[in-house]
Amino acid sequence: MKRIESREALLELYRELAGEREKEEKYIAVCTGTACLANGAQEVYDAFKEELAKRGLDIQVKKGEGSVSLRGTGCHGFCGRGPLVAIHPRKIFYQLVRPEDVPEIVEKTVVGGELIDRLLYEDPVTGERVLHEEDIPFYKKQMRLLMAANGQIDPKSIYDYIAIGGYQAMAKAILDMEGDEIIQEVIDSGLRGRGGAGFPTGWKWEDAKKHQSPVKYVICNADEGDPGAYMDRSLLEGNPHSVLEGMIIGAYAVGATEGWVYVRKEYPLALENITLAIEQARELGLLGENILGSGFSFDVKVARGGGAFVGGESSALMASIEGRVAEPRSKHIHATESGLWGRPTVLNNVETWANVPIIINKGAQWYAKIGTEKSKGTKIFSLVGDVNHTGLVEVPMGITLREVIFDIGGGIPGGKEFKGVQTGGPSGGCLPQSQLDLPVDFDTLDAAGSMMGSGGMIVMDENTCMVDVARYFVKFLTEESCGKCVPCREGLKHMLDILTRITDGEGTMEDVELLEELGYVIAHASLCGLGKSAPNPVLSTIKYYKDEYIEHVRDKKCRAGVCKALVKYIIIAENCTGCHVCFKRCPVGAISGEPKGIHVIDQEMCIKCGICKDVCKFDAVKVV
Amino acid sequence: MMAMTEVVVENVEQNVKEVLARYGNNPARMIEILQDLQDIYGYLPREVLREVSHQTEMPLTRVYHVATFFKAFTLKPRGKYTIQVCTGTACHVKGSYRVLERLEDVLGIKAGDTTDDLMFTLETVNCVGACALGPVVIVNHKYHAYMTPAKVESLIKEYREQ
Repeated sequence: MKRIESREALLELYRELAGEREKEEKYIAVCTGTACLANGAQEVYDAFKEELAKRGLDIQVKKGEGSVSLRGTGCHGFCGRGPLVAIHPRKIFYQLVRPEDVPEIVEKTVVGGELIDRLLYEDPVTGERVLHEEDIPFYKKQMRLLMAANGQIDPKSIYDYIAIGGYQAMAKAILDMEGDEIIQEVIDSGLRGRGGAGFPTGWKWEDAKKHQSPVKYVICNADEGDPGAYMDRSLLEGNPHSVLEGMIIGAYAVGATEGWVYVRKEYPLALENITLAIEQARELGLLGENILGSGFSFDVKVARGGGAFVGGESSALMASIEGRVAEPRSKHIHATESGLWGRPTVLNNVETWANVPIIINKGAQWYAKIGTEKSKGTKIFSLVGDVNHTGLVEVPMGITLREVIFDIGGGIPGGKEFKGVQTGGPSGGCLPQSQLDLPVDFDTLDAAGSMMGSGGMIVMDENTCMVDVARYFVKFLTEESCGKCVPCREGLKHMLDILTRITDGEGTMEDVELLEELGYVIAHASLCGLGKSAPNPVLSTIKYYKDEYIEHVRDKKCRAGVCKALVKYIIIAENCTGCHVCFKRCPVGAISGEPKGIHVIDQEMCIKCGICKDVCKFDAVKVV
Repeated sequence: MMAMTEVVVENVEQNVKEVLARYGNNPARMIEILQDLQDIYGYLPREVLREVSHQTEMPLTRVYHVATFFKAFTLKPRGKYTIQVCTGTACHVKGSYRVLERLEDVLGIKAGDTTDDLMFTLETVNCVGACALGPVVIVNHKYHAYMTPAKVESLIKEYREQ
């Protein structure tokens, strides 16, 4: 790789690469994000490689001579339909692709220009096949500022990123702008931290700039620990250079010389791609001494997280980079004054950093037009749970929950009823039907008793027990509490005891009141954000689903059929065909009945594992 | 317990030395150092932690503090196959707890433990970011999507026979 020493050299390289890309007649983009890989995308990629080589259309052949290039790209977002393949320039979008389909795709679509109907997305409403990614309802209402490039570039190639205009914002920032100007631009854009708290990014930078120190740090928080959220992972995996570019701009603005990216160990591919991105940027001279001849020097290191939810809390994260356990400290002094190793430090989330190059490129005014009055730009949500189209969706702030869940997500599968949506991870809350028309922004969700958090959005249908959900989150938080302060450590433990009592059918009405009292104390007396927000799942479910708590306590009933102590499995005689499958599969021999006769479950022996219900093809097993 | 005595821990001094050198003998990189050592031994044996303490001149309590705080570390030997049940929120609402219970029944161990024959280690993880495919079970990095209790027995059988 040749070092890029000046703006002119960067521009020249960009022109050359972009021109080459334009000359590319066809390219096949196979999504190789984690979800698609789990669905077999690597095998699909390999099959393309083999098939193209066999036909002499190999990627090795010089571009522009009838060749077809193949790219393993980052996450496209439509994870429930993976593996995904897009064939450019026509942008034909195939989903649920198997390796067996590949020879046919190459023969018919790549060479012949024909479509393969069965691989196109079928609109469940109209039954029509949809040709292009952007016409699928899942993508239509989205605004993909950050995610769009994921599907176009190979995240392992810095040249791919430069070819789509990458590092131009950095050049503009470090060569044409003063630090204060950049900070003002970020303040004017209205960008707020995407990690959960929503603190204005520009203010943070301004504060760090103010504090004099020969050494300052910028940190990228990629310790995405919210169960049910994976947008940061997909950005780091799919477009690591955009995050890096944001960090360089931020570092220049506040006068930092060293950066850290703190990545969860559970994200091996993200770790690999960001590490590679840093190496490549360093080789090209976009990191290191005297970047583009500007006189500004900056380098980035990667730290691996050890798997602790609290490790994502800013002061805990810094302790962890310093090699200590991830325990938060009280924040009378901000990290912007004394953070990592006691130096002024700016810590932002992955998605926040990725927004920075866009703001510099397009300007604060342009950016501030997107979103609501106090929440600007877009937000990526991971839309998962009981919803038809699961995946990552990027939407402008201010869109309603209903639009996200029903228009983009396609509603609830199997004709079931919507019960609630959980936003903000373990620190957030559950919102019911009545709140569906709320606009999604930081302040509205807070006021409704939930929060934006890092962007998990878990949809729940009628088969979800809200008391169990509350118990689930409290159990998670009890395990993840670092144990340093009493309200969080002890309070959560007691909340869990009470909730377990209720789901076991042994709760009292006083227990529900006690939960509310405990919640108040934990929220007000805990040391860090984890404890302060920990009661949210409990308080919000009591607020919106109190009747379910009452049913568990008074009637000893779980209407969703989830709480084991309160349900039993029975066989509906009319539906039972006597196929004998449940008899054979019951692990404890609790089912009796002859083949072709009606079967019965012995309630004394039944361990309620649910296998009989899973294997019954005639819908004869019911949970009551 | 019997199984634990079968594990042989070798080349401790040399391995610790090599891993420390990778991080410039900087004890601030303790998490990564322990992760790399765990990759070598499959877990963090007591001898290794002592050696780390010895070579870095860090108090043994500090080393243990880190080794016991983070989820990524285990002080017990692990099975040939590590079965991870994702208990993230999306997997939970799709019924991962039922899958976990079934695995515990079939293997005869609780989450966090290893079978006596050192074949399987069962553990839970909080979200692997494959939320669209839940419930997800991962066996040695291979993802098994849309799991149900009914599929558990054949899954275990498949690995036992490999």
